[in-house]
Amino acid sequence: MARAVTPARKLGFTIASWTVGLVIFFPILWTFITSFKSEGDAVAIPPLFVNFHWTLENYVLVNQRSDYLLHFWNSVVISVGSTFLALVIAIPAAWAMAFVPGKRTKDVLMWMLSTKMMPAVGVLIPIYLMFKNTGLLDTLTGLVIIMTLINLPILIWMLYTYFKEIPGEILEAARMDGADLKSEVLYILTPMAIPGIASTMLLNIILAWNEAFWTLMLTSSQAAPLTQFIASYSSPEGLFYAKLSAASTMAIAPILILGWFSQKQLVRGLTFGAVK
Amino acid sequence: MTSTLRALFGACAVAALATVATAETTITVATVNNGDMIRMQGLMSDFYAKHPDIKVNWVTLEENVLRQKVTTDIATKGGQYDVMTIGTYEVPIWGKQGWLESLNDLPASWDANDILPAIRGGLTVDGKLYAAPFYGESSMVMYRTDLMKKAGLTMPEKPTWADISKAADAMTDKAAGIYGICLRGKAGWGENMAFLTATANSFGASWFDMKWNAQFNGDAWKKTLTYYVDLMHKDGPPGASNNGFNENLALFQQGKCGMWIDATVAASFVSDPKASKVAADVGYALAPDNGLGKRGNWLWAWSLAIPAGTKHADAAKTFVDWATSKDYLSLVASKEGWANVPPGTRKSLYANPEYAKVPFAKMTLDSINSADPTHPTVNPVPYVGVQFVAIPEFQGIANDVGQQFSAALAGTTSVDDALKNAQKLTTTAMTKAGYIK
Amino acid sequence: MATQHSRSAARLMISPAVILLFLWMIVPLAMTIYFSFLNYNLLRPGAHDFVGFRNYYYFLTDPSFLIAIKNTLILVLGVLVITVVGGVALAVLLDQPMWGQGIVRILVIAPFFVMPTVSALVWKNMFLNPVNGLFAYFAQLMGLQPYDFLSQSPLMSIIMIVSWEWLPFATLILLTAMQSLDSEQMEAAEMDGASAISRFIYITLPHLTRSITVVILIQTIFLLSVFAEILVTTNGGPGTASTNLPYLVYGQSLLQFDVGGGSAGGIVAVILANIVAIFLMRMIGKNLEA
Repeated sequence: MARAVTPARKLGFTIASWTVGLVIFFPILWTFITSFKSEGDAVAIPPLFVNFHWTLENYVLVNQRSDYLLHFWNSVVISVGSTFLALVIAIPAAWAMAFVPGKRTKDVLMWMLSTKMMPAVGVLIPIYLMFKNTGLLDTLTGLVIIMTLINLPILIWMLYTYFKEIPGEILEAARMDGADLKSEVLYILTPMAIPGIASTMLLNIILAWNEAFWTLMLTSSQAAPLTQFIASYSSPEGLFYAKLSAASTMAIAPILILGWFSQKQLVRGLTFGAVK
Repeated sequence: MTSTLRALFGACAVAALATVATAETTITVATVNNGDMIRMQGLMSDFYAKHPDIKVNWVTLEENVLRQKVTTDIATKGGQYDVMTIGTYEVPIWGKQGWLESLNDLPASWDANDILPAIRGGLTVDGKLYAAPFYGESSMVMYRTDLMKKAGLTMPEKPTWADISKAADAMTDKAAGIYGICLRGKAGWGENMAFLTATANSFGASWFDMKWNAQFNGDAWKKTLTYYVDLMHKDGPPGASNNGFNENLALFQQGKCGMWIDATVAASFVSDPKASKVAADVGYALAPDNGLGKRGNWLWAWSLAIPAGTKHADAAKTFVDWATSKDYLSLVASKEGWANVPPGTRKSLYANPEYAKVPFAKMTLDSINSADPTHPTVNPVPYVGVQFVAIPEFQGIANDVGQQFSAALAGTTSVDDALKNAQKLTTTAMTKAGYIK
Repeated sequence: MATQHSRSAARLMISPAVILLFLWMIVPLAMTIYFSFLNYNLLRPGAHDFVGFRNYYYFLTDPSFLIAIKNTLILVLGVLVITVVGGVALAVLLDQPMWGQGIVRILVIAPFFVMPTVSALVWKNMFLNPVNGLFAYFAQLMGLQPYDFLSQSPLMSIIMIVSWEWLPFATLILLTAMQSLDSEQMEAAEMDGASAISRFIYITLPHLTRSITVVILIQTIFLLSVFAEILVTTNGGPGTASTNLPYLVYGQSLLQFDVGGGSAGGIVAVILANIVAIFLMRMIGKNLEA
């Protein structure tokens, strides 16, 4: 049985953890609170926590100035679209590497990861020219392609480590029973792989949602996601903390809520094969 | 790229366009997120009422991001924008490259002769106007009349740098959170280097001599930078090396600065009672000098330009005409009051008796008129531009030099080392670019 | 083992990924290599003449180059140390019995979901700003002079911001690993009278080793290219105090619009990143094979 846990001990751990948790969370909480202040209250000394006049004016102003829904929708299309496209390419690749490993599998995997280390700024001009010539500038299609390619290595690697944990004996047994490749994948692997795929998908959506270089450089108006929405609030004239906070809250809230609701699924696959 | 893929992308692009544009022309306008531009976005109903067939897509960005995007786009002929907001630094360079549409054929009602000559000159290359000024600015001293009074001082209308340091010392009260002077310290050619280059002009310094040799090893630059660093250490706010225009504006509006030497356009923000705690106590003076014949004020105009080769040149011109017209000024005046009209572009505005009542109107005009981009320095130089050098390499070099001077302000480098590094990196860059043989 | 049939099927399944990534790598890379030998400034159109290794010469002899490498290493190592040590500590703490564990976990992982641009903006303006920031207020409460983080210790400030973003990631992975720890083994050790510290050193830490290597690998990939945080907070300064390699390349290509110089810098960065990659892969490979 578990060790004896005295209530005092439990209380001590509770207080310690909550303190640490609140400290880490505080910047986000503070941004959220500030978004309901007037600009004057936002810089008031001493800082105001609850006892100020709560107002929605910043949200109204931000919505007047920018088309939040358009940017939000673009962010959704880019992150979800690129994730699905990448999964379609990554799942077969990772499956093959995990279950039919060749001599070079490890090298191929390492090479894939190393493409992720290429500094994006170094290749901006070539990519920009290619996008211009193919009419992909400021299109969702273009951004979905870029985001797919950028996150593909991580995806393959995550899936690979996850698939490797699926016990080989089950497959052997299935093969003995005469299962062909198709049914092997469909009836045995898929159910076991779903948690890993789900968490890979979630992580990828988060990464794509927050990517702020390509999404900013390759779009102008039609395809611009929330990263560009934020770029127009980063240092406007005069006092701007409250408006910046409102815009920030609007930009991070969707992904934060998604992350919170799906944290269990996210965690399950985030082990990268490190947990036996 | 195979033809099927091409067709696929094409179809996607068409589908994307079809959802927004029905029969109207859509133009994309890239602009900087400054107050006057934000205000214009709120007044678009007037434009749509007059031109129902044109739809405007705004791309509003922070200055640095905007500059990268529009420069990349125009240099690669990306064609993402139909109207770009650019400044007096870009216009002559881009105009000479043939990257911009000439605006000589704007309708007569636009009245090019009404544009202030200093501004118009800066936007014209070989007799062709390449951008329409949206607002123009010089720089001047903004100071707190109440604090000056308390210190028993008066600000001369044409102060010297000695006057400024005296006033700054007298007004500083760090315990009360009041700093005698706020100046730009954030590194960037359009941030601290705009201020320092203009200031250096009044100290008799310049970027280059007639043979494009860097001049940072000269005495005049040393005096400029020493004066600036000493003054800011004594009377400036903490964290000054990260303060740009916007940060200083926020500080001044909160009543934390005794003086602030910056863009004339800031006057309408610091005197706006809705945004500024000190609106009633702001006085204005010309940028300081050192008795050498040049004042430390710059000249800049945020202007609307149309990239050559845009598919919607006519609609873009219609928009530029509307946004920079006399009617637009009256429109802002009727909706938001005369103090909020975009300043510094038209003679007729300053001839208007209503506008003359605005407290900073005269000082703005005097400052703009006293800037001379073609003869910016005490000694002759091979370049034009007051707070910049109108060559393509300037922004890169000045960003790096700006980092050095920002470090000197932060105290992580000495003034001497900062100047030595600036001299070295400027010489290297100018050699690389082929100016120094 | 694998049949000929399944082997060729496997090859078929891998090839789209390999081909795509190969194209994604080689096409821009080839263009970048080509540009890196040209005198190509975006603001000077016309013929771009071939200049040999001149761009490389200027990039490599630029005094900022060595500083940028040093800063990149400090940044990566600093964040790794903070997030791994902090992550282990947090994982151990959160694994203890307590009330409201689920909520605490939600609080702790939240920063991972925040866009880097947003977190940099929030930290810079609302916390680190020496006049209006909260830290300045707390300093004054305690009778201290407000400390000007971004000018006095720019690199440390950036390390702090980036660590805040990545600490949740490390904690999550390590916590998952902690929870798979065999509790019977722990209890047996406790029965034998092993102290909490020796239990941590001899049981917990070895159990976490593989997770720690994974954290290091994934984070290094992202930390080598930290960029938005620097752009928003310090612009690489004051001076070059917080310029890392990606930011230096960015300066060349997008502030000076010197495509030739920027491409040369990009190639140098790719080479250096690959050296780090090889080194890392060796380490990880060893650890994960076992």
